[in-house]
Amino acid sequence: MIRGRIFLWGLVALTAGLFGLFAYQLSQPKDEFIQSTMIGKPIPPFDLPPSVPERPGLASGNLADGQPKLLNVFASWCVPCIAEAPNLARLEAAGANIVGIAIRDRSQDTEFFLRQNGNPFSRIGRDDISAVQLSIGSSGVPETFVIDGQGIIRYQHIGDIRDSDVALLLEKLKEAGA
Amino acid sequence: MNPLSFLHPIERLVRFVLRWVPALAGITIAALALCLGPAAAQDLLPPAPYAYRQLDDPKLEAKAQALMETLRCLKCQGQSIADSDASMAGDMRHQVRTRIAAGESPEAIRAWMIERYGDYVSYKPELSTTTWPLFALPVLLIALAALILGRRLRGRGK
Repeated sequence: MIRGRIFLWGLVALTAGLFGLFAYQLSQPKDEFIQSTMIGKPIPPFDLPPSVPERPGLASGNLADGQPKLLNVFASWCVPCIAEAPNLARLEAAGANIVGIAIRDRSQDTEFFLRQNGNPFSRIGRDDISAVQLSIGSSGVPETFVIDGQGIIRYQHIGDIRDSDVALLLEKLKEAGA
Repeated sequence: MNPLSFLHPIERLVRFVLRWVPALAGITIAALALCLGPAAAQDLLPPAPYAYRQLDDPKLEAKAQALMETLRCLKCQGQSIADSDASMAGDMRHQVRTRIAAGESPEAIRAWMIERYGDYVSYKPELSTTTWPLFALPVLLIALAALILGRRLRGRGK
């Protein structure tokens, strides 16, 4: 009789614990960002044609030339990309070598975007079918990757670069050997 | 008593409604315009070649289709890439179809996606170091239920 009672209370405690767990997990903010799992791995081989006439295209070989770089995945149709433009300019002014990949973007649109918002890029590759974007585990625009001199992906920043992110990205670039 | 005075409240109501009709119409149009707004933030390029085009070989297409139904769209995370019209889902379908056509196995393509985006990209349940309790727990509970049932039935037999 007593044992049955203890067993039943155990069941109640278990259920209460389970509901407590549900309540806790449901109250946690959901992280809707999908992190790339390519951090620490070499950038997969690719060769993208130039997106605009005034800058050369981008190949994986350019990212393993000994100098760490920021790889910015952007598009002219992406609104947060406009918001982060001044901070990309600040990063370039601080000495960062920034290369870009224009996602699903017509040349004339990319050109217009760069005229409006500035062009901090030393190279811009044109990725019409998001192939390189998918190969590095990026799930949207804008995203910024820190690539070290050997072409290893060191860090991923998801979303637009806010004022407060500039110092962090410069720090990560330094850690990558800049 | 003025015989027309009883019309007064109704007339006032009608006038009130009439006065607000243009404002309501304006608000509705503005709301519709806001709904249409984000549609402008889309690329103008055509979909990837194999985003909407099936493979010529029906056997290969069936393989690709089965895989696409179990890969998560990264833009619209409740949908598979087979269900979604997001351009990125189309680009992922292009990857799947061209790789299948080139002779890659569906599981190799799934592994390629998981290498880049983690388990999250796949809807297919994987047995791993973090998911094993999900598979072990039902087995454990069934065993427990069988044990209890067995003891009860034996107890009744006595």
